[in-house]
Amino acid sequence: MSSPYTKLPAWADYGLIPLINLVVAFAVAGLVVLLVGENPLRAAIILVDGAFGSGNGLAYTLYYATNFIFTGLAVAVAFHCGLFNIGGEGQAYIAGLGVALVCLAFDHVLPWWLTFPLAILGAAAFGALWALIPAWLQAKRGSHIVITTIMFNFIAASVMVYMLVDVLKPLGSMAPQTRQFVEGGQLPKLGWMLAEFGLKVRPSAPLNLSFLLALLMAFVVWILIWRTRLGYEIRTMGFSPKAARYAGISEARIIIITMLISGALAGMMALNPIMGDQHNVSLDFVSGAGFVGIAVALMGRSHPAGIVPAAILFGMLYQGGAELAFEMPNISRDMIVIIQGLVILFAGALEHMFRPWVQAVFASFSPRSVGIGQPKKEAA
Amino acid sequence: MAEAAIELVGINKSFGTVHANRDINLVIERGSILGIVGENGAGKSTLMSILYGFYQADSGEIKVGGRPASIRTPNDAIALGIGMVHQHFMLVQNFTVIENIILGAENEALLKRSIANARSELERLEREYGLEVDPDAIIEELPVGLQQRVEILKALYRGADILILDEPTGVLTPAEADHLFRILGQLKEQGKTIVLITHKLREIMAITETVAVMRQGTIVATRKTSDTTVEELAELMVGRRVLLRVEKGAAKPAGVKLSVSNLTVRDSRGVTMVKDVSFDVRAGEIVGIAGVAGNGQSELLEAISGIRRAASGTVLLDGKPIDVTGHVDPGELRDRGLAHVPEDRHHVGLVLAFEESENSILGYHDKPQYLKGPFLDLDAIRADAREKIAKFDIRPPNDRLKTANFSGGNQQKIVLAREMEQDPGVLVVGQPTRGVDVGAIEFIHKQLIAMRDSGKAVLLVSVELDEIRSLSDRILVMFDGRIVGERTPDATEGELGLLMAGVEKQEAAE
Amino acid sequence: MELVDAIINVLNSTIRLSVPLLLACLAGLYSERAGVFDIGLEGKMLAGAFAGAAAAAVYGSAWIGLVMAVLVSVGLALVHGFASITHRGNQIVSGVAINFIAAGSTIILGQAWFNQGGRTPSLPAEGRFGAITLPFAEQLRDVPVVGHIYSGLLSGHSLLAYVAFLAVPFTWWVLFRTRFGLRLRAVGENPAAVDTAGISVTWLRYRAVICTGILTGLAGSYMALSQNAGFVKDMTAGRGYIALAALIFAKWKPVPAMFACLLFGFLDALSIRLQGTPLPIVGRVPVQFMQALPYVLTVILLAGFIGKAIPPRAGGVPYVKER
Repeated sequence: MSSPYTKLPAWADYGLIPLINLVVAFAVAGLVVLLVGENPLRAAIILVDGAFGSGNGLAYTLYYATNFIFTGLAVAVAFHCGLFNIGGEGQAYIAGLGVALVCLAFDHVLPWWLTFPLAILGAAAFGALWALIPAWLQAKRGSHIVITTIMFNFIAASVMVYMLVDVLKPLGSMAPQTRQFVEGGQLPKLGWMLAEFGLKVRPSAPLNLSFLLALLMAFVVWILIWRTRLGYEIRTMGFSPKAARYAGISEARIIIITMLISGALAGMMALNPIMGDQHNVSLDFVSGAGFVGIAVALMGRSHPAGIVPAAILFGMLYQGGAELAFEMPNISRDMIVIIQGLVILFAGALEHMFRPWVQAVFASFSPRSVGIGQPKKEAA
Repeated sequence: MAEAAIELVGINKSFGTVHANRDINLVIERGSILGIVGENGAGKSTLMSILYGFYQADSGEIKVGGRPASIRTPNDAIALGIGMVHQHFMLVQNFTVIENIILGAENEALLKRSIANARSELERLEREYGLEVDPDAIIEELPVGLQQRVEILKALYRGADILILDEPTGVLTPAEADHLFRILGQLKEQGKTIVLITHKLREIMAITETVAVMRQGTIVATRKTSDTTVEELAELMVGRRVLLRVEKGAAKPAGVKLSVSNLTVRDSRGVTMVKDVSFDVRAGEIVGIAGVAGNGQSELLEAISGIRRAASGTVLLDGKPIDVTGHVDPGELRDRGLAHVPEDRHHVGLVLAFEESENSILGYHDKPQYLKGPFLDLDAIRADAREKIAKFDIRPPNDRLKTANFSGGNQQKIVLAREMEQDPGVLVVGQPTRGVDVGAIEFIHKQLIAMRDSGKAVLLVSVELDEIRSLSDRILVMFDGRIVGERTPDATEGELGLLMAGVEKQEAAE
Repeated sequence: MELVDAIINVLNSTIRLSVPLLLACLAGLYSERAGVFDIGLEGKMLAGAFAGAAAAAVYGSAWIGLVMAVLVSVGLALVHGFASITHRGNQIVSGVAINFIAAGSTIILGQAWFNQGGRTPSLPAEGRFGAITLPFAEQLRDVPVVGHIYSGLLSGHSLLAYVAFLAVPFTWWVLFRTRFGLRLRAVGENPAAVDTAGISVTWLRYRAVICTGILTGLAGSYMALSQNAGFVKDMTAGRGYIALAALIFAKWKPVPAMFACLLFGFLDALSIRLQGTPLPIVGRVPVQFMQALPYVLTVILLAGFIGKAIPPRAGGVPYVKER
């Protein structure tokens, strides 16, 4: 049986319907703002202004977007294989260890441009490792990956508290975090790029080289999924495990490889706050970015070209949300969690809710474009 | 003319662009058996689903017992005394017979009394119609024939006077089918009205009194069964004269290409489906495996083609063993020249969400001609796909179109083109023409014969006995996991039917 | 005697800790038996706990709290139903969305209404479900073993704890002895059979998710109104997921579900008990390890012992009439 949803022009399919879903998600979020006694319209203005109104705001927006591009790509790659990786949060958190080990070992001896590739490898390896066990359990034991990756998020949190409190904390320090990295563990900022456009950016603004790495990874993921043999195998598995078996593609192998890639992408997120901004590893540096990745991937329809703008939108929410919390004390940054949930609901679970309605509108303009009201076929 | 039990007037039904039923007018006489014949997709099942309230017609009127009836849900149909036995049984597999019977017909919120009532009612039905079945058996442990009996009992328990059976014999042996027909005869004697939907003309001739022929959503003819012939019905069904036999020369079998010995295969539940099966397929011949669906043919195919691990036994391809009980890999078998057209093209043979060209390399995607290092060589893949489209006349000729948007016949051609064009030494084919339109069937049959004539070994599994008989050079019959006999294509349908039913030769001779 | 007391003590907290798991697990059972997977148990519990604590704080009544908890939880269950039954959306995605919505809105609303950093005000006695002393518990306290078990272990829990354990035989009875249960099980196995029998698949599944909502509401109430004296942010801490793991472990059957939840409760109780106490051989174990233990064990149980846990056949698949 063919899909009941057919024949809308591509721009409606990939542009209009996601846009409607998004608008509805934000409208419902606006209701929550109303519920806590604030004006949603004013909130929206503060939000957008805080995110894009200044060079500094923009730098922060893109800094947060960097995190979400990585985690969004991680979720998307798993989606293509029919896997739901909710463990990006834990994978990124553990990847912090990989970055920390590289930076603590080399920041005194190597320049940043040599530490950086090593740190990328460290982050990717630790993130992949944390995804490996759930992947292996799914592939070999049939344990539901959604539940195991969630459990691994909790376990990661305990591991990191232990590591930061009992192992990595310098002697005599009270704060549960590593020592500050010196220059060899610090990535160059990218504020000057915005300054080229005449924007004013403080040198402390956190936008850094990881942003370019994130864009590069978006391109790499596109190549991987649609242009390589491995991507072909991943998509085959995602659409139909039986067809994959028929085609001689090993289910266990592809599940494990895909999750390794997904975990590595999630892990790279750790580079951005650790090497790019804080220059240390502290408790809870991921702060929900792994979960935002789910919303970003769904909104971006698991395509890098959709994920990057979706990540920037959520970057805007994070940055603008910080301004908002300042202006409206009743609204904290946890507002983002609600918006995230609503976007997942409307762009994910309810993605087809408005489709019949859109189809009806299209049909009323041009009946043929939606494949109804065509003249009857002649009887053969 | 007897009183009409049901009258359909001007029924229309569309699904999107597909006009499934077009201006249907039909009278079903009380106490008669009406046959509705037509090809797959002719609109028979849709029409009966409308009558059963599963779909609503876009326009038209249904009269039951002379009065206009509004049938909006299966409940309305049941209340009007209409019962249906679906092609795919509507049974809950891990429930008992009695739980299935009362589902939806419970008298009250607690089950105790409903179950007691059903028990005594079942005993009455058993007495009246000889419909015996253990009420406490679990459905999935019953043979298909008995499962179907439960479906009939479900309808009768709900007080059905009009019984619709949708392709009831697809899963039955000829003997089971005959038994079903006797039961239907008895029901008719008791005054029940029966509608039999089928695409098998033998059944129509054997049991019905009237027959309606459907083609492309319309009723093209209604005949008294005694006034018509199989040939006339076949012509009406397809709209032109069909060759029931495929033209082919004599086979010239050469050396053994595929040799199966003592193969035993279990399904995912651990039930042994293939039991100690041995046979050879030679170059230049088509070996057909006949049998009622579910007798182990699917598992046999899967084991030979490396999709399912076998429990024991050996398979030799070109004299060299395939590791069927260990790490067998379909990719490796393709490299060694074994191509496989699977039974289920929707979920196994194709990825419906892929573009046509992407499906044209499924399973061969690791071949160097489609790759540049780790990357796909899209230009080569698409050029190759367009070549196959031209050669196999796949329509529409668009290698970028989503596979789901091709018709069943064209989808099957995509699979066949992919598997045949790799020039395999052995071709293993399951149900090559299931859900395929007549034009494509002829094309596919010709291609299979051409494969044979070019010296390939072909192993064909089909539940369509006609297909097996017209294509095969040797016929093996499978029953209950075993090969119970080998026949030449001249064997009569009756002879093969007995074998398919598991009746031993000696018994049959008695 | 000290050992007996220690054992009774651990078993007592086992019961307390397993109550929310058990309620959530049974909640999941109704929904999943009907073919609707629900990873949103966590969010519904959390929202229920918040609504219960907020209402109990404002009205000073545990009962009003309970009603609000159930209403809010059922509301979210209906959202899940709307997405996954009516609109045939992905059930996992919908459940995840609900978890986020619950996590975010409990904090935002809690902060806006009570200004205590996402907490609700500490509840007075009448805002909570207190301990119920079973008859003769005082008199039997000193009888060895039997008395200890009766008054030390079985007596002294809140009303909701007794409800949770009574819900086990009740759920069994509903599933296997009533018309509703028969249909519920059928719709999770083969919705087409239910549809052709003239029963609405949609309405049946909605009723199942409503049952889920009621039970997760009770689970949240227990956490906020019995175990604690109010709502703390993220107080469910993954219990919804552990309940789900217990459900799989119990193969979707009520009585095994109870034992699975008791097992998880026991592990939890043990890890609390052992925190800070040096163990033989290994010595003092880091507190984080003990905190992670229930999650690690969940993974191990999911990986090891299930073997062939066959979920309801139609689970996770939206029902579409076939042509």
